[in-house]
Amino acid sequence: MPAAAGQTKARRLRALRNAGRFLVIIVLTYLGLLAVTFFIGRVMPIDPVLVVLGDHASGDAVARVREEMGLNKPLWQQFYIYLGKVLQGDFGTSVLSSNPVMQDIRRAFPATLELATLGIIIGVGLGVPLGVWAAVRQGRWVDQIVRVMGLVGYSVPIFWLGLMGLVLFYAKLGWVGGPGRVDVTYEYTLANVSGLLLLDAAMANQWDAFANVLSHLILPASLLGYFSLAYISRMTRSFMLHELSQEYVVAARAKGLSEARIIWRHALRNAMVPLVTVITLSYAGLLEGSVLTETVFAWPGLGLYITNSLQNADMNAVLGGTIVVGSVFIGLNLLSDVLYKALDPRTRIR
Amino acid sequence: MNTTPVTSKPRLHDWLMSDRPASRRQAAWGRAYGAWRVFMRNRLAMLGLGIVLALILVAIFAPLLAPYSPTVGDLRTTRLLPPSGPFWLGTDDQGRDILSRLIHGSRITLFVVVLVAVLAAPIGLLVGTVAGYAGGLVDAALMRITDIFLAFPRLILALAFVAALGPGIENAVIAIAITAWPPYARMARAETLTIRQTDYIAAVRLIGASPWRIVLHHIMPLCLSSLIVRVTLDMAGIILTAAGLGFLGLGAQPPTPEWGAMIANGRLYVLDQWWVAAAPGAAIFLVSLAFNLVGDGLRDALDPKGVK
Amino acid sequence: MRYLKPVLNRRVLVAAVASTFAWAAGVTSAVAATPKDTLVLAFAFDDIITMDPAEVFEISGSEVVNNTYDRLVRLDLSDTSRLVNDIAKSWTISADGKTFSFEIKPGLKFASGNPLTAEDVAFSFQRAVILDKGPAFILGQFGFTKDNVKDKIKATGPLTLTLDVDKAYAPSFVLNCLSADVASVVDKKLLLSNEVAGDLGYAWLKTHYAGSGPLKLREWRANEVVALERNDNYYGTKAPLARVLYRHVKESSTQRLLLEKGDVDIARNLSPQDLAALAGNKDIISSSAPKGTVYYISLNQKNPNLAKPEVREALKWLLDYSAIGDTLIKNIGIIDQNFLPKGLLGASTAMPYKLDVDKAKALLVKAGLPNGFKVTIDMRTIQPVQGITESFQQTAKRAGIDVEIIPGDGKQVLTKYRARTHDMYIGQWGADYWDPHSNATFVQNSDNSDEAKAKPLAWRNAWVVPELDKMADAAVLERDTARRKKMYEDMQAEFRKTSPFIMLFQQVEVADARSNVVGFKLGPTFGSNYMFTVSKK
Repeated sequence: MPAAAGQTKARRLRALRNAGRFLVIIVLTYLGLLAVTFFIGRVMPIDPVLVVLGDHASGDAVARVREEMGLNKPLWQQFYIYLGKVLQGDFGTSVLSSNPVMQDIRRAFPATLELATLGIIIGVGLGVPLGVWAAVRQGRWVDQIVRVMGLVGYSVPIFWLGLMGLVLFYAKLGWVGGPGRVDVTYEYTLANVSGLLLLDAAMANQWDAFANVLSHLILPASLLGYFSLAYISRMTRSFMLHELSQEYVVAARAKGLSEARIIWRHALRNAMVPLVTVITLSYAGLLEGSVLTETVFAWPGLGLYITNSLQNADMNAVLGGTIVVGSVFIGLNLLSDVLYKALDPRTRIR
Repeated sequence: MNTTPVTSKPRLHDWLMSDRPASRRQAAWGRAYGAWRVFMRNRLAMLGLGIVLALILVAIFAPLLAPYSPTVGDLRTTRLLPPSGPFWLGTDDQGRDILSRLIHGSRITLFVVVLVAVLAAPIGLLVGTVAGYAGGLVDAALMRITDIFLAFPRLILALAFVAALGPGIENAVIAIAITAWPPYARMARAETLTIRQTDYIAAVRLIGASPWRIVLHHIMPLCLSSLIVRVTLDMAGIILTAAGLGFLGLGAQPPTPEWGAMIANGRLYVLDQWWVAAAPGAAIFLVSLAFNLVGDGLRDALDPKGVK
Repeated sequence: MRYLKPVLNRRVLVAAVASTFAWAAGVTSAVAATPKDTLVLAFAFDDIITMDPAEVFEISGSEVVNNTYDRLVRLDLSDTSRLVNDIAKSWTISADGKTFSFEIKPGLKFASGNPLTAEDVAFSFQRAVILDKGPAFILGQFGFTKDNVKDKIKATGPLTLTLDVDKAYAPSFVLNCLSADVASVVDKKLLLSNEVAGDLGYAWLKTHYAGSGPLKLREWRANEVVALERNDNYYGTKAPLARVLYRHVKESSTQRLLLEKGDVDIARNLSPQDLAALAGNKDIISSSAPKGTVYYISLNQKNPNLAKPEVREALKWLLDYSAIGDTLIKNIGIIDQNFLPKGLLGASTAMPYKLDVDKAKALLVKAGLPNGFKVTIDMRTIQPVQGITESFQQTAKRAGIDVEIIPGDGKQVLTKYRARTHDMYIGQWGADYWDPHSNATFVQNSDNSDEAKAKPLAWRNAWVVPELDKMADAAVLERDTARRKKMYEDMQAEFRKTSPFIMLFQQVEVADARSNVVGFKLGPTFGSNYMFTVSKK
């Protein structure tokens, strides 16, 4: 039937156009990110040659290296050259580690990924129920306790909590592993395949290593989880309060539905819609790598990597890190948009 | 309806609470007054407000309240003393009285927090609601810009700004505000997407309201409550971000007693001279709690469908 | 709570089980001790950028290179004014003082198994000069260039080598430079087999190892771990421990916790507070050694106020040296008001300055600035530098000088300093090799123009002082050690009076070790912290 065939063709065309527009958006975002970072890097008052040669090198060596690094070329030309290399998959070499940037990031990012993922699981796993509880018990002491608990995690400096946690749980009680991702004894026995040590240990059936990695992970992850718990529980409470005041809740109660069902299956499900944005934002924030947490726990993650590179004007590394962090955000935003549309039919744009 | 005879001087309370406001202004004032009454009944919110007012008073009268100078200390005699009679909160690594520094620092902290909130929140709200309501190309463009800002490792932006503008607390404020608005925009957009499909908005559109009017007068107020909650929660985060900048040597210049800088300094003494970081930390916590309580009270008071 | 019971209970149960699991696992697997055959150190080594001796200039890299490579001569740790032979069996100097001949010990091998010959030594020096990286000037200053180095440094036999320098330098000076990292001996065969496009193995050696020292480099993971292993081909006493592992830990408090718990054997970057706290711990022994690094505040002579000689002197009277020495740099520094650190030939211990606000004020009046003036200081935001700057700000204020602190990050501040756009600057200078000439940079400034290629410290502060400059040039050629010593002492006497440098203190490196660690000693240079003599009880 010609009409139906025409409809499918129109739908396919629309899908193609959407996909095309989507790709353009992604490319533009990356380009914007890179351009701004590149410009910032070159404008920053740190001499990259200083990092390569040190403070005591001769003037001739400095001039020579400046020429070798292409720093005398005009800015846009340097950017153009960099872009060309990136398109071929070459993200340059890090000045600080002498390795290709992506090799370094392939080591640093999984460390942060493991930590952030466990952290957000703790944050959501505890934060959402606590937020719901506080909303249901609005104004009572439960509400206040949840509020104060959350605020402590959010407003107390994370390095302080981290150090106190280490002093208590590691130094005094010995319940958790110390700073660092894994004990020194596993340095030569645990093969680092994916960078996610929990996964590597499990795949290699080294369960003692697995337990050891977990014992090192649990304290910093709990810290990050506690930190995001504050936000997540507050926003859950806020959204739940909004939902619980809607007419459909009254109607549901009138219909005779149990409170538990109303709260968890209806109100929370609706509150999840904006909550998903909050959670993905929190996760993205954790994935950026927290410099202070990583410093206190000697965790070789992305936060330390980017900070160190930035302070040494190691622009290839900074750009590489920006690309990774940017990709994470873009990916998570996409996920949140998709989840949004899935959870709330009202947001589908006609 | 109010049937008591109208006296020669109508009580202000009756005028505000009247069911039949004579003008739009009276209606607006009445709404504000009603919200204030709801707020007042919330004891915790009033406690929060009290703390905030106390903070403002301390900031104004800082030189009168502080027992010592915040910038002068003696390395040899008064360094790193624990809390005691002469120094209620102890002294720091330069021998300066922490209490005095805390009091003087309240000015700067208030300045930073209020300025960042005032700069970042409206920008984020505007961008988010416009993007959410307009859709299409405007939405895509605005969200791309927001994403670029969000996707930036915060440090790069902060370092770049300070490199361009130089040290000092005002530049730190700008740097922090620049990184603070994108989450607000994202949230506002998410809420707008849900709100725009409601019958309420459809009705307003039918009446003939222009898109700008809809966004400004109808959508924004609905997004306001969750935004307020978020901003008040962020107050502590802003101060700690300033501390984070202080770790990198940006922002407040020594010997400015900015609370974040005090915490950054106290980090080295956390294990043995805990009071150096504990005092500003507790202050930040208290202020954050106060703003949070006020924010919750505001949310409850402003939400037309508040549970209470 | 009826409606919360079923759901909350279920979730709580799951969470409780999961967390108990994790904790149980943690308790049983937490091994709170280091392996018996491995020395584990907590060390902040994020400054390492390469493992190639021809390129290494940062202090952590220097330590690794010193533990893994050999040189012709080494510092005598018991008397740092002397050198002892490393792989050199003997050496002679020609009558005119310009030719040095070395005989290498026979039968030496690299870790790779390749024999160590004079050709490898000559290749190592030639390579350093040809690659011309950061530390190349240490050899280059003897007149070696890319074009002539192959003739000036050559192997004259399988175990003999000659060096032709361009002037009759003091022998101690030349030999001291030959004990620097850049003069490490690398494995020519191994490097050339890993060469890419004629780079003499440069790209490969950045992250690999080609040496003959008592330890060999197994792996370097930037900001994470440096793993060294015993080299069984070493010619001398084999290292007692099979492995040495450096763990990158930036935070002093974290290092302290690790050390107290026994998860590391030695902690290297403890702050004065942590050192004081560990002082009472029976299981921990502290050791320290002064290093060849001096800290100073410098005054840019481009600033008209700071150029006045009375102002220069006044500022030297405005620091509370003794209080700083007793508090901010306690255990990690010694107050030193000279540009040569203790241990170098000619070092002086004269300390004429102390805090004297009245004297400073009188000098300011003489300078025509009775009400003081405003000035800025660029400072790194690390301790103890920040603490000293803040203290200086306070004491200067008492004389009416308003010091504005401009904080910045390390490289940022250094870039500004090298561009001469500062007023005052607080920083440090570390000796590149164990000879006083390394610190002549404080007075040498042959070209004061803005385009000058060389940036010695005197240049960075626009200070031109021809008499001291000439004295430094003469001192490096003085072959009589006693006369040379006197020249440096005279230079420092004049320097103390008129220079725009407020010398502050000499750095002392401190490390705490657990009591079962034996044979650990810090050396005078950052490189001479030897780990291959350490064992564990």
